[in-house]
Amino acid sequence: MTTVTSYAPPRGPRLLAGWADTARVADLSAHVGRYGPLPPVDRALIGMVDAAGLRGRGGAWFPTGRKLAAVAAGGRRPIVVANGADGEPASDKDHALLTVAPHLVLDGMVLAATALGAADAILCVHRGDPLAPAVHAAMRQRTGDPVAIRLVELPARYVASEESALVNFLNTGEARPTDTPPRPFERGVRGRPTLVDNVETLANIALIARYGPDWFRAAGTVAAPGTMLATVGGAVTAPGVRELPLGTTVSVALGASGGVSEPVGAVLVGGFGGNWLAMSDAAELPLTPEDLAAVGGSLGVGMLLALPARVCGVAETTRIVRYLAGESAMQCGPCMFGLSSIARDLEMLMFGGRPDVLDRLRHRLGVVRGRGACAHPDGAVRLAASALTVFAADVHTHAMGRPCAGIRVASGIRVPVGGIGLGWR
Amino acid sequence: MRLRLNPIACHAHGLCAELLPELVDLDEWGYPILADGGHVPSALVDQAKAAVAACPTLALRLVKPA
Repeated sequence: MTTVTSYAPPRGPRLLAGWADTARVADLSAHVGRYGPLPPVDRALIGMVDAAGLRGRGGAWFPTGRKLAAVAAGGRRPIVVANGADGEPASDKDHALLTVAPHLVLDGMVLAATALGAADAILCVHRGDPLAPAVHAAMRQRTGDPVAIRLVELPARYVASEESALVNFLNTGEARPTDTPPRPFERGVRGRPTLVDNVETLANIALIARYGPDWFRAAGTVAAPGTMLATVGGAVTAPGVRELPLGTTVSVALGASGGVSEPVGAVLVGGFGGNWLAMSDAAELPLTPEDLAAVGGSLGVGMLLALPARVCGVAETTRIVRYLAGESAMQCGPCMFGLSSIARDLEMLMFGGRPDVLDRLRHRLGVVRGRGACAHPDGAVRLAASALTVFAADVHTHAMGRPCAGIRVASGIRVPVGGIGLGWR
Repeated sequence: MRLRLNPIACHAHGLCAELLPELVDLDEWGYPILADGGHVPSALVDQAKAAVAACPTLALRLVKPA
């Protein structure tokens, strides 16, 4: 296989290159003009993706080449599913990518499907997402694709885009996680080996197929090459989605969003199921999966929220955990009962509890962790546990019955109400 | 051998903890917590089989270690 070289690879932003240059949504001709036509690929693309060291941008950061190889080894004709239905309320990166560069995602789907010998590919977005008509229009512009692409809208729930939930929805119409194994790569949509990849991951495949693994590795770190689409929000001057090389430090990422707009005490990294880091610890931390894991966190979907120092971290954590409890799929007992119990403990702590509330909360965090079919309870536990560490001094005064004044200060972080009146179909 | 719990199928009947208290504890909501990642010492295999057979929702299985 040869790499198409007639179009110069982008320098600086890769996935958002068109947007950075023109501030316009790329239609098919703009897309082809920038990146060139779809390169011819075969099964060797799997080896290229592996050599590039691409890892999944949906939050797990699993090596994409290994996942492709596992799907290819399944024996039956696979199906490709592009996950563009990010459930993180404060993350906007998948939405932004699909809005400004839909053809990069569609290219990635076609290329992955071709490499796997798949005939069907499904692009999933949230039901009612205003970008759906534009994505439809982009799909209609493409006439020569060798793969049939279908757009599917799924319930806009937090765990509905977890990969087993996504496959369950496509198979049965119910977007709740299932017990694994089997994982989708073994037995997914219609029982076939199914590649479920985040849209940002697939867009990167479209670039690797064109410019090769060495070009891809020119940005990022050895273990985590390439760029990441980070959603930077909270107390920054210019919140939004930024494309940054993996390994960018938290302070540089905040700087890329205009810097902090007021004194910041802590940042929330990864997602609502991520963890708090004290600003002093976070500033020089490189944004890679390994660096986040080393501090007990997760890079997740690359979300970075700056919490103003005058806001109470206990109150903020309580709001988020209450939301996550409402978004439980209500299937596994420890998640169904545990998260709402943990949220209630946090609420009591927030308004000034007694020391035994804190003891009970700590106990419950230990009991609930790792006991769901999916990682939803683990994310809520991680967030709450990190709050007890990062806001330790504050937690102590709350537990002694003296809640801080910060509980009445709005953080600017939007946390929806979870679960009320929403279904799974 | 190893015990594997399907947490979605489990509805907290609690028979497993009744029949296999050496390896199964119940949380405050009645759901089982498996000791030692579900590892079953050979002396308890028969008891584990009884617990698996008693589960009304077939949520508990005995599997060979991966």
